[in-house]
Amino acid sequence: MSSPYATHPEARENVFDFLQGYDVLGAFWTTVKLTVFSAVGSLVWGTLLAAMRVSPVPLMRGFGTAYVNIVRNIPLTVIIIFTSLGLADIFGVTLGASDFKVQGFRLAVLGLSAYTAAFVCEAIRSGINTVPVGQAEAARAIGLNFSQTLRLIVLPQAFRAVIGPLANVLIALTKNTTVAAAISVAEAAALMKTMIENEAQTLSIGAVFAFGFVVLTLPTGLLLGRLAKRLAVKR
Amino acid sequence: MSSVLYDAPGPRAKRRNVILSVVFVLLLALLVWWVWQKLDDKGQLKWDLWQPFTTSEAWTTYLLPGLGNTLKAAALAMVIALPLGAVLGIARMSDHRWVRIPAAWVVEFFRSIPVLLLMLFAQEFYVRSTDVGSDERPLYAVVTGLVLYNASVLAEVVRAGVLALPKGQTEAAYAVGLRKGQTMASILLPQAVTVMLPAIVSQLVVVVKDTALGGVMLQFTELLTARGTLAANYANVIPSFVVVAVIFILLNLALTTFASWLERRLRRSKRGTGAVLGAEDGQAPNTAEVPGAYASGASA
Repeated sequence: MSSPYATHPEARENVFDFLQGYDVLGAFWTTVKLTVFSAVGSLVWGTLLAAMRVSPVPLMRGFGTAYVNIVRNIPLTVIIIFTSLGLADIFGVTLGASDFKVQGFRLAVLGLSAYTAAFVCEAIRSGINTVPVGQAEAARAIGLNFSQTLRLIVLPQAFRAVIGPLANVLIALTKNTTVAAAISVAEAAALMKTMIENEAQTLSIGAVFAFGFVVLTLPTGLLLGRLAKRLAVKR
Repeated sequence: MSSVLYDAPGPRAKRRNVILSVVFVLLLALLVWWVWQKLDDKGQLKWDLWQPFTTSEAWTTYLLPGLGNTLKAAALAMVIALPLGAVLGIARMSDHRWVRIPAAWVVEFFRSIPVLLLMLFAQEFYVRSTDVGSDERPLYAVVTGLVLYNASVLAEVVRAGVLALPKGQTEAAYAVGLRKGQTMASILLPQAVTVMLPAIVSQLVVVVKDTALGGVMLQFTELLTARGTLAANYANVIPSFVVVAVIFILLNLALTTFASWLERRLRRSKRGTGAVLGAEDGQAPNTAEVPGAYASGASA
């Protein structure tokens, strides 16, 4: 973040002097990009997992359950470190990246998506479970077929019940992107670590980064929370 | 089996399910084959790399001290965060605006910033403002970060626990002449603690997982850091990752199982008020009022 006073000699007296020479906005932009890409990835993979967990095929149900139970119980940090030391170094998965910076970013997105997908899956499954069986039975009774039941009766109700839990998963994901600092992705937490170690204004630096995350997470929570409440199916 | 999505399968559905199963098994087999092939290429399947885990040295020198530190940090954080969370949660339900609003701010603030930021800040704070030795500092910083975050999460659990109790409990307490403080201390809190137990135990899973963050970013010597030293010694990247992941999974599965056992038991028991906070979602009765509880489950 370059100060407008940067060229003036008085710049030294600026309260935000400690921000000079650091790309705070750039770091937060990386955080946002990590969040958005991982959100899309985990939504796709999590929906697939949820489809497996509620499918009539026992084998797929078993796989979905096993995946969720395993991934949810491993620390995200272990997964992120594994993408670098295991996936990249041993399995040679470089995700088509040309240099280490891009590779670290893509691996972090992969790890975050794999981890968050377990929570997305559970949110979607719990949403589907809120729809009473009687709804689907009634739909079949009036002659709707499988896809009509799903499209017109079950999913519209399930989708509304899922917004709240999914919003919470998204907020958790935003905060979890800081773990990418463990494999040297230049996001907000990594920059904060560098700055807090090199500059004297510990409290101000902490406040700036805390403020950044409050700005990223609070509006999401308020907006989606309100939406979830308004759309909730009254039973 | 029938669910909201499908009926008990007939002959055609059964045939389709068999086909889907076969395709799925083939895909899984392909994945396993690829993983096996890669591991074999890199020599990660050699018995030499797995053999250390059958000796006591790998466990007593690396893994057990690491696991010990993980458990120590998690236990300390939970023990300190619980009373702090209770105070914050009760303050948030206060009838006085000047107590309620600051408590709400504190809770919302610490819940909305990543626990890693809190740990990094605590680390630097201990370096500059205290004389905590550099050996102790990572533990202090990790525990401080975890306490700040989890106290605010637990504050919401406590609040949800008290709100989940039937209103009649408060009314009856007032009717027999108890004051607000007495009602909270001798009627509501004791019952709320039972109601919240499953949610508290499952929060412990989050705490255990978050200690690993302190390992990588603050050089706290917990299980994941111990894995690093161990792998540097035996050059067994994949085996060490597998073993550490299995330890974490078993530990957390045990906690989760305990939490849901508690939940089932509480739901069955006839003595209680019937109010229970689920292990999964913290506060089933009023999710809308208490956002972010699910988020605590999804934390690193």
